[in-house]
Amino acid sequence: MTRIITCDEITRAVADLCREANYYLGKDVRGALEGALAREVSPQGKDVLNQLLENAAIAAAEEVPICQDTGVAVVFLELGQEVQVQGGYLYDAINAGVRQGYTEGYLRKSMVYPPLDGRNTGDNTPAIIHTEIVPGDKLTITVAPKGGGSENMSAAVMLAPAAGIRGVKEFVLETVKKAGPNPCPPLIVGVGIGGNFEKCALLAKKALLRPLGEPHPLEGIAALERDLLESINCLGIGPGGFGGRITALAVHVEIFARHIASLPVAVNIQCHAARHKSITL
Amino acid sequence: MKFKYPSRGTAPMDSNPACRRGAPATEDKRIRTPLEDAVVEDLRSGDRVLVSGVIYAARDSAHKRLVELLDRGEELPVDLKGQIIYYVGPAPARPGRVIGSAGPTTSGRMDPYTPRLIAATGLKGMIGKGYRSSEVKKALVDHKAVYFAAVGGAGALIARCIKRAEVIAYPDLGPEALHLLEVEDLPVTVINDCYGGDLYTEALARYSIKEVPELPLGKDPALS
Repeated sequence: MTRIITCDEITRAVADLCREANYYLGKDVRGALEGALAREVSPQGKDVLNQLLENAAIAAAEEVPICQDTGVAVVFLELGQEVQVQGGYLYDAINAGVRQGYTEGYLRKSMVYPPLDGRNTGDNTPAIIHTEIVPGDKLTITVAPKGGGSENMSAAVMLAPAAGIRGVKEFVLETVKKAGPNPCPPLIVGVGIGGNFEKCALLAKKALLRPLGEPHPLEGIAALERDLLESINCLGIGPGGFGGRITALAVHVEIFARHIASLPVAVNIQCHAARHKSITL
Repeated sequence: MKFKYPSRGTAPMDSNPACRRGAPATEDKRIRTPLEDAVVEDLRSGDRVLVSGVIYAARDSAHKRLVELLDRGEELPVDLKGQIIYYVGPAPARPGRVIGSAGPTTSGRMDPYTPRLIAATGLKGMIGKGYRSSEVKKALVDHKAVYFAAVGGAGALIARCIKRAEVIAYPDLGPEALHLLEVEDLPVTVINDCYGGDLYTEALARYSIKEVPELPLGKDPALS
């Protein structure tokens, strides 16, 4: 049985998601910021956390973006194998939604092409689209705008398997430490372990989509997440980099099988403006 | 998990006149552009400051063009003497609004241009976020200038402090155009002062915990 979803529906949905993701900070992030405010000991750190909470309230009330860097439109698709897309090409429909959402929603356009010495494309397209074919007859679309400041502080490495969990931990800590105040802490740190060169980066990015406060289902990985968070919060960078206990709100790790010769690790740094909104059609 | 919090007040002191570097924010200082040397001399890393007056918004591409003009010995589209540049690429304004969200962008990308601009124009301040290079920090000391950070990600809040915004050059750059902004009580924090004070370094000295708890490196089913 095939189910038909039209390109128009998809475009409308993507446009709405672009606006919503940029205007409304998720409840999980707001909750985490409030929790951080209670635990932060640094007065300057508290001041930053208060400003971020106030900022989220203003953005929602005025329907303006939480952050002026409304990012690259990263779009995740979970496309049911029984879905048939009609009325055009799926990726054109997604890009039309991004164009509409960013233009009509007064969001900043940040895409430049060609990458060396290029010009602003003017409508924030092209989106970066990741498609996964899944069982069923539904299409789930997640729009996750990703800012440049935090993305620039991200990193990947191909460790030797002998480096083990200690090597993973050292790389994550080194990446966060090196980033310092640049990616607008408090952070959400997405870590991908395993797979290969490109897979670990995608795992790290997907780790950022998990709601804050939800640990990895495997206890060993959940423990690694807790340990990494504690170590990161010992660095002292603090909110805004002004010093304090809260450098990260959460660490999310995602894993995949790896080659016997490699232990790939990627760290995708996310600022507090952790934006992602989903819809299932 | 057990670990020790260091006692407060561990920030290093030295003979530097910036003796309260890294101290918790107390009372806000108010400044108005253009800045005289005396105003800059009164600012210390860690101070919370409210900025009012005209400031200029410029980022990557606008900086490149400004420095190219200096290289060719041509006049800049704006006199930067005593002025502040804000590293921002604002979101578009909704109808009836002055500007869209307008938080700081990462300052380090402007490092290659900043010392030149300070020396050639008399620029006195920059607002952004994140680390500066040692060359920039030296230029701040040599020319009595100051680097502030605004709160990254607080773009909607900061937009409320902006009362007027005009594109004054490079409209082809879109969000990267050179803007004139009139601001009122824009909240910023002094990161690098004209005495070599550096809040980011002082903050780490004050708040980092050296005894990072040891990981329980137990068996990890997914990694072994």
